[in-house]
Amino acid sequence: MDKAEILVIGSGPAGLKAALSAAEQGAEVTLVERDPFLGGQLVKQTHMFFGSKEQYAAERGFKIAEKLSREVEAHPGIRVLCDTTALGYYDDGVVSLEVKGRFATVKPQSLIMATGAQENTLMFPNCDLPGVYGAGAVQTLMNVHGIIPGKRVAMVGAGNIGVIVSYQLLQAGVEVPAIVEALPHIGAYHVHASKVRRMGVPIYTSHTVLSAHGKDSLEKITMVAIDQDRQPVAGTEQELDVDVLCIAVGLTPLTEILFQAGCKMVYIPELGGHVAMRSDTLETSVPNIFVCGDVGGIEEASAAMVEGSIAGLTAARNFGYGKDSYEDQLAAARRELDSLRSGPVGEKIRSGLKRLSSFGEVTQ
Amino acid sequence: MLEKTGVPAREQVEAVKPTQERLAKGPVAIVECFQEIPCDPCYTACKREAFLPFEDINDLPQTDFEKCNGCGICIGACPGLAIFIVDESYADHEALIMIPWEFLPVPAEGSIVQGLNREGEAVAEVKVKDVRSAGKNKKTSIITLIVPKEFAHDIRSIKV
Repeated sequence: MDKAEILVIGSGPAGLKAALSAAEQGAEVTLVERDPFLGGQLVKQTHMFFGSKEQYAAERGFKIAEKLSREVEAHPGIRVLCDTTALGYYDDGVVSLEVKGRFATVKPQSLIMATGAQENTLMFPNCDLPGVYGAGAVQTLMNVHGIIPGKRVAMVGAGNIGVIVSYQLLQAGVEVPAIVEALPHIGAYHVHASKVRRMGVPIYTSHTVLSAHGKDSLEKITMVAIDQDRQPVAGTEQELDVDVLCIAVGLTPLTEILFQAGCKMVYIPELGGHVAMRSDTLETSVPNIFVCGDVGGIEEASAAMVEGSIAGLTAARNFGYGKDSYEDQLAAARRELDSLRSGPVGEKIRSGLKRLSSFGEVTQ
Repeated sequence: MLEKTGVPAREQVEAVKPTQERLAKGPVAIVECFQEIPCDPCYTACKREAFLPFEDINDLPQTDFEKCNGCGICIGACPGLAIFIVDESYADHEALIMIPWEFLPVPAEGSIVQGLNREGEAVAEVKVKDVRSAGKNKKTSIITLIVPKEFAHDIRSIKV
């Protein structure tokens, strides 16, 4: 069995920052990543990021991944294990891994969970036809492998992911005849929506997909307007010839290992599902297990990076690293996080965090 | 309207327009950013301090149109691709507009393309005057178009 001072699971924006922050304090970090390369979802993000300079605003997501991955790989205090999936957590604190197809175990003194989230799906007749994709798969096909998923793609979901992936489809030369959104309003940042709208993509709010049709694969969908009670409005059915339907209807935190570790978990709809109760330094109810990024609540990558820093700094501090500078760095990170969450678009995450804290405090 | 369709309302567009007097003087940035989101690269990109300081990162950008000379550096800095330059001083019946462009093909200088409005509808044929990169590693092009003056505040995209 291997030993590790700090084990970080997941190398998206939160995990990369957590590893760097902890290692910069002098801690020894092991970073595991399921994919053959670092970066998590960042590698597929071709749009410029929002936020401010501290979170690399106006840089494209994949560029941020390149930059942070280089820093991580060059850092002598970080051991990187790609092609490595964390499988489980055992009572004695052992984490099991599959490393390039082989079973391994590691016993970390501290665990930082940056596992991110998985996509939600949608049920409708024939939703299992080939051609019905999750937005993550479409992004992976296009932006990792350079393959277009089809010729005409309808998008379900006008949140940031749905609208951004629609834009990427247009960039790849794919037709997007409709973005279908069940809510009466667009969830995406409006500037993203305007970008696809002025390329001629209509956004149908208060609409849903009724059914998919096709013999061997998707050929057509039926969409319909829905009322305030989310019931189909008779007579508003429209058929749309498409060979791909892309589903972008939200994310759910990937929390299995937190459950296995016995962390106190609470269901918070605003945060996307079950999340771990945690202290204001992101330590869960199990000492030395931290959460950062989407696993703690679905939010933007900019916030995930700052949370990663907080978790990394605190995990390192718990072993006596970086004591002198800890308070200042923590305060700076917390200011960044507060400001990212302070505006109207931060309302959902603020109310989710408030609800989470109403279940009690985690103090270490 | 904007939150239902992605198309800003006429009043929203009018509210961020410089005065007719300023427009007549020459190129100026128009920021079509109508939602408070945590984002401030326009402010940090402008070397002329034409964007008023952000007290909060969620503030909407406020432009000092007298300081803005329409250089267009903010176009490539805006992650929302929401900044456009309009120059009504170009000719009697034609104006120049600068738009961000992230698609292929990148139109050739001198070519004629369709000018699209905020809903993606073709409203006029326009001529591509100039194509340049928004900056090293930026991957966004900035395209200068010659458009009929009456469409200077409507055309915001193109079909090549």
